[in-house]
Amino acid sequence: MSTQKVTLRVYRGDAESGELQDYTVEVSEGMVVLDAVHQIQATQAPDLACRWNCKAGKCGSCSAEINGKPRLMCMTRMVDAIKTAEGGPILVKPMKTFPHIKDLVTDVSQNYRNNKKITPFRPAPKGPDGEWKIFQYEIDRAQEFRKCIECYLCQNVCHVLRDHHEFSFAGPRYMVRAAGLEMHPADQGDRIDQLKEELGIGYCNITKCCTEVCPEGIHITDNAIIPLKERVVDEHYDPITALFRKVFGKKAPPNPAP
Amino acid sequence: MSLPYETHEYDVLVIGAGGAGLRAAVEAAESGVKTGLVCKSLLGKAHTVMAEGGMAAALANVDTRDNWKVHFRDTMRGGKFLNNWRMAQIHAQEAPDRVRELENWGAVFDRTPDGKILQRNFGGHKYPRLAHVGDRTGLEMIRTLQDRTVEKKINVHMECTIYRLLKTDHAITGAVGYWRESGRPIVFRAKAVVLATGGIGRCFRVTSNSWEYTGDGHALAYLAGADLIDMEFMQFHPTGMVWPPSVRGILVTEGVRGEGGVLKNNKGERFMFKSIPDLYKADTADNEAEADRWLAGDKTARRVPELLTRDHVARCIVREVKEGRGSPHGGVFLDIASRRSADYIKKKLPSMYHQFKELGGIDITKEPMEVGPTAHYIMGGVRVDAETQMATIPGLFAAGEVAGGLHGANRLGGNSLSDLLVFGRRAGLGASSYAKGMKDIPQTDDGQVERIVKEMYEPFDRPSAENAFTVTSDLQTTMEANVGIARVQNELEKALQDIASLKERAKKVSVVGDCRYNPGWHQVLDLNNLLICAEALTMAALSRKESRGGHMRIDFPDSVGEEGKWNNVLRQGGEGQMVLEKQPLPEMPTELHALAHDEKAPQ
Amino acid sequence: MLRPQGMVTLSLGATDRKDAWWLSPLLFAIAFGGFSIYATWAAWQNEFYRFGPYLSPFYSPLLKPEWLPPWLSPAFLILGAPLGFRLTCYYYRKAYYRAFLLDPPGCAVGEGKPSGYRGERAFPFILQNLHRFFLALAILVWGILVKDTVEACIWDGQFGIGLGTLVMMVNVVLLGLYTFSCHSFRHLIGGKHDCWSCLTFGKQRHTLWRGVSWLNGRHMQFAWVSMIWVGLTDVYIRLCAMGLLQDSRLF
Repeated sequence: MSTQKVTLRVYRGDAESGELQDYTVEVSEGMVVLDAVHQIQATQAPDLACRWNCKAGKCGSCSAEINGKPRLMCMTRMVDAIKTAEGGPILVKPMKTFPHIKDLVTDVSQNYRNNKKITPFRPAPKGPDGEWKIFQYEIDRAQEFRKCIECYLCQNVCHVLRDHHEFSFAGPRYMVRAAGLEMHPADQGDRIDQLKEELGIGYCNITKCCTEVCPEGIHITDNAIIPLKERVVDEHYDPITALFRKVFGKKAPPNPAP
Repeated sequence: MSLPYETHEYDVLVIGAGGAGLRAAVEAAESGVKTGLVCKSLLGKAHTVMAEGGMAAALANVDTRDNWKVHFRDTMRGGKFLNNWRMAQIHAQEAPDRVRELENWGAVFDRTPDGKILQRNFGGHKYPRLAHVGDRTGLEMIRTLQDRTVEKKINVHMECTIYRLLKTDHAITGAVGYWRESGRPIVFRAKAVVLATGGIGRCFRVTSNSWEYTGDGHALAYLAGADLIDMEFMQFHPTGMVWPPSVRGILVTEGVRGEGGVLKNNKGERFMFKSIPDLYKADTADNEAEADRWLAGDKTARRVPELLTRDHVARCIVREVKEGRGSPHGGVFLDIASRRSADYIKKKLPSMYHQFKELGGIDITKEPMEVGPTAHYIMGGVRVDAETQMATIPGLFAAGEVAGGLHGANRLGGNSLSDLLVFGRRAGLGASSYAKGMKDIPQTDDGQVERIVKEMYEPFDRPSAENAFTVTSDLQTTMEANVGIARVQNELEKALQDIASLKERAKKVSVVGDCRYNPGWHQVLDLNNLLICAEALTMAALSRKESRGGHMRIDFPDSVGEEGKWNNVLRQGGEGQMVLEKQPLPEMPTELHALAHDEKAPQ
Repeated sequence: MLRPQGMVTLSLGATDRKDAWWLSPLLFAIAFGGFSIYATWAAWQNEFYRFGPYLSPFYSPLLKPEWLPPWLSPAFLILGAPLGFRLTCYYYRKAYYRAFLLDPPGCAVGEGKPSGYRGERAFPFILQNLHRFFLALAILVWGILVKDTVEACIWDGQFGIGLGTLVMMVNVVLLGLYTFSCHSFRHLIGGKHDCWSCLTFGKQRHTLWRGVSWLNGRHMQFAWVSMIWVGLTDVYIRLCAMGLLQDSRLF
């Protein structure tokens, strides 16, 4: 197996100060950026901090910015990183949007606080046989949102949080979560007012960076945020629909009858 | 408490926030006791997210012939009758309710055409039994439980590692750990502690397990004086990725075979037809035509041999590779491309498609995958009471992979997620009723806390000598070589010697940098746990002179009737040495015995 | 609200990205800007919008109320509908927020203006919420364009098809694809429902919604080709009317 020596330029530091430091790693076939970081830990800098768990793109722990692009380190192959580095060293930095802790680790607790604002699942009563009748075609939508691995790359790249530091906006991840609940056929919760006010959906100007970086390929903007925006319009900006809803009720009957 | 450490008090402290830990915490909190949850990673990142195939429960949605008795029988047969029968019974009886409950909490399972929870076929399960969500069932489960934890306002201490349990002579009083972020110590005082820390896969080089799987719970319990049971039974999942090298070991779900994927050697033969164990002859097709009929839904046909139990499939793969019929990179071929349409594969196995595409550059809808065995699951663990999940120390509970007994010598795929829910709940209940029986939060011994904290930071004072990553790597090398899937006396003895010398080296491992988020230091502490687990595994493996389930001895290739009547129990002896004791299996009631040994499935 | 500490505001355009992130907003600015200039010019012309049975889409429906001052082209009476539809369209919003307002200029590219961002919560962009009403107008206009296309098949009472008819046919097809792939349409047609099996004809309505969702996935492509084609349709009819181009009768 042929190996190649490559320079990784990694951000080292804490909340007060930091610097970029170069490390040489040996690249073998199929290696990903996380392997390179592990190699540095094992041979050069055992105190290099980074989060990781599954190394298979399923847990969403190893988010970072590789050559300026928000990515999972475990799903970025070194050959690709070498390409996007365009001849220079491979740049590995922590996510910019969150307060820095150490090296590649950031404080993502804001996300957990946002999560608490969302009304949890409110199940409809079950049928006489103790079951819901829910069909696959009805849950395809909700299942897409439930693929989310909470890597927070969407939160990191969202310019409302990243550039405007506007944390009244809950961020794309929580739009996706709210959408998964709202569009669940057996959910009876109502999160529309919450989306408009506490979760700040109006801050989103649908510029789609969240969708671009999602490692799970969730169509965050088209399938979650825009449909939710339309639902907010239903209740708050569309007098015709609002009137219709006043007369006929907000939600379809909760318990599928057939 | 007079010590200057951050201290928290709980009725029930749950260590680990995977499926079992979250379920235990939810149950404890719902029963009204003050509950705290500690986890090494961020909430929602636990190893449960990697579970792919599904959770086994006899809902009988797809095949109405299914019921708890068949599930019980399948579990006992899969475990080669070494299981704790009562746990297997409780598990089979309660799993359907746990699945429905999860749905009620917001989990969105795949559906049958008539709108019920869909179930898929899996190895060793007679009927389609696994409730699933594509190939990301574990993620669905952890997210649902995580949301429930948030809803119940349970206090979660994230990125906090427990280093030692606190106890008096007779009972648990709490735990000491450190914040990964700041490196500062944290003390918990608790009436009851639930261990839900998962497994020990990081003892091996090729493993499907994440970094967290360093056997913390096994070691915590062992060091506190609790019994470990069945530690020789390590499950090697037959299908892990084998190429490229950096992803070797990453899991390829059994769901691929459940959805129709077949195993082939380099001659293109479906080699699983070559040896079907006697125990499964009545249930398994012996020709391709019948296997194909079964896959197409013919209920009179027998099952495909690819879905035999994991221990057997893994052994067959090892045989094919050893006899020169393996794939170019030392595995065998797993082919679904020629069996199912590209759309079907992408719909039912999206993560697999993605994983091979991204990491291996392989399109599984067009070409076969290369797969080989990977260390996956430890059947053994903390010895617990079947009803309450209490360990042999009062106040200590264990659930999930860290607990032993349910799976016997080999776990069936899908029985882990249901195990987490069934026994997570029971451990939560057990711990909460134990806590309710106590008036006050117990006092902890200041001297004990001081000693533990001092010990925790001691590696910083060591002169620079050994590197924790190197020692861990050496341990993995020796375990892989000597205590792997095929074992033999002299290699096991060699491994024990290696472990003894690695223990000495581990004492000299030093730390670079300070205590803030320092992986080097964390590795030093985790290494000690790994060494305890490796030693337990090797000792138990030496003691069992037969092949059974996940334990395969080249020098004793057969299952011996007499050997199937006892469990290996390990505990810490008076001088700190590990002692092993053989204990007879608990007596199974005759009607369950008949059920488990029934050739045909019970109605 | 506790704000995370230690965040830096990057200056405009600052990024570690090495790829040409600026290319697509630039292309959008050029193309959209070019189209806007042409459309404004064409609307001002107030002539050469008819040729035979053809009517330029910029001038349809052709309204000439008496109060309309002669210097004002009738195009201005109706341009608001398609213009409003496109300006409030979820795709165009993304593109012009990026290309013209640099909010953001690209993903993970600095903006250099941290404070004062209100998004679509305040005037003027809160008006984007009216997209569905522009959708209604756009559907109306589209219906009229269909009528125009039918009329473009009638030459002095005789059925006939010219190259211009085909140009207009393609135009209504593309505009139709763009209009009916709209996110608001997708919502109104059924996206607002969660429990389809609770509805009468739920399965069928779901199938319809699936179809619209398929179109919606290509909304951006439809936006582009329909915009370019509507311009070309005007160009074609204009050139014919000016006598610079010979329209060919196919039959």
